[in-house]
Amino acid sequence: MSLLSVSELSVWTADGRALVNGLSFSLPPGRRLGLIGESGSGKSLTTLAVTGLLPPALRASGSVLLDGTQVIGARNLDGVRGRVAAVVFQEPSTALDPLMRIGRQVAEPLRRHQGLRGAALRAAVAASLDEVALPARVAQAYPHEISGGQRQRAAIAMALACRPALLIADEPTTALDVTVQADVLALLDRLVAAHDMALLFVSHDLAVVGQVTDEVVVLSAGRAVSSGPLHEVLADPADDYTRSLVASARRLDAALDLSRDVGGAA
Amino acid sequence: MIIEARNVGFRYGDGNPVLTDVSFGVTPGRSVALVGESAAGKTTLLRLLLGLRRPTSGAVLFSGRPLPTGHRAAREFRRQVQTVFQDPYSSLDPRQKVARIVAEPLRALGFPDHAPRVAQALSAVGLPTDTADRYPHEFSGGQRQRIAIARAIAVEPTVLLADEPVSALDVTTKVRIIDLLAELRATRGLTLVMVSHDLAAVASLCDDTVVLERGRVVEEGPTSEVLGSPRNPYTQRLIASIPRLPR
Repeated sequence: MSLLSVSELSVWTADGRALVNGLSFSLPPGRRLGLIGESGSGKSLTTLAVTGLLPPALRASGSVLLDGTQVIGARNLDGVRGRVAAVVFQEPSTALDPLMRIGRQVAEPLRRHQGLRGAALRAAVAASLDEVALPARVAQAYPHEISGGQRQRAAIAMALACRPALLIADEPTTALDVTVQADVLALLDRLVAAHDMALLFVSHDLAVVGQVTDEVVVLSAGRAVSSGPLHEVLADPADDYTRSLVASARRLDAALDLSRDVGGAA
Repeated sequence: MIIEARNVGFRYGDGNPVLTDVSFGVTPGRSVALVGESAAGKTTLLRLLLGLRRPTSGAVLFSGRPLPTGHRAAREFRRQVQTVFQDPYSSLDPRQKVARIVAEPLRALGFPDHAPRVAQALSAVGLPTDTADRYPHEFSGGQRQRIAIARAIAVEPTVLLADEPVSALDVTTKVRIIDLLAELRATRGLTLVMVSHDLAAVASLCDDTVVLERGRVVEEGPTSEVLGSPRNPYTQRLIASIPRLPR
């Protein structure tokens, strides 16, 4: 059975426009899927709909089954969020309370979901920070006192605290420097493999998606326009939109090669 | 040299140095990228090149002379040097029609005949003439960046200073704006100084590259050499970190 099963998902505005339109995909336990789209494609609305976090002005229809729980129309998703699925967003600052030390924020989900207290809780916080390669002293720091990459690591530690079966990462490295992005992608890759998690990785960047998964769905204007293994989507785009997306990405990628060749010849 | 930074140092107040002994020059018609990550000092350096801040030490020269301070001289500098910013959503006043936005430097610099110059600038960036009568919110991000570029070229400057001009754009749009900037350089002989962390955009557009790390120049030279066979360890790490498409 699929861990996440999305079927005919649509997201509607109050005046009846579909921002996501008839989207279907599924994700078995331990598998990875990249959701690729540019601005306005509906990729972030899809992650919000999947976790039941759509703003009140938007309405979802269709079906989203998270470990058998119907998300659409559900009143209470406490049993699903965190335990079944956890989300890492683009901007770690929005996931962290600016007035709370990092250690307390990482402790919160451990306390609530695993019932840890006292020395056991402190040990679990230390282990969480260590797992995302943050030094122990970060526990004492406020979010503004650490770098953007460290904040995203802290947000990942919080997301992993309840050992979710599915990690949803929505543009998790888009706000980071390229050297930091490389480290955070490697970290995500390692943690998802180590804990047998499923991963839904949302990004506008084909090359970034290619670092963590080979299975993709391409969204355009709220619809899935192509899907399959990334190398097939790249080699043989099925539709006009994907073709132009791939051509643009290829051209920018090739620009880096060209200078390498010229440099090598010089 | 049309623009030159000579041993430039800068700090805000009593803070740590943001730039230390930064030197580079731009010859007319060349395109130069200032490359680096957060806190490299790119944006501060751009502010110094624009004369919005003064270096704490060293000098910024325009056509061999220190940046002008007097009103009249500054006006000539503004005519020669125009800017394009990263975010086409915040850089255009939402309450003004495009015609008025594009004409802003023409007004500020006392140019006559705004309407034909605005029409010419809009046409040069590939926007239809009726764009002039509309508001920024009616346009996509890429179209807005074209409007920002039209505003920058309306006074026919010789130098374009661009701060991450394609970083906020979707990939398909990014490629088109890169093509537009390349075309404007070719047809107008524009000198381009571009601050960017996007090395694919830099490789597509810039003859020369200056790499900044923590406020110091760690490597500079022709883009093909700096990005193609980097010698500095930081530049090497930067390039190795770029995610590449699978073959």
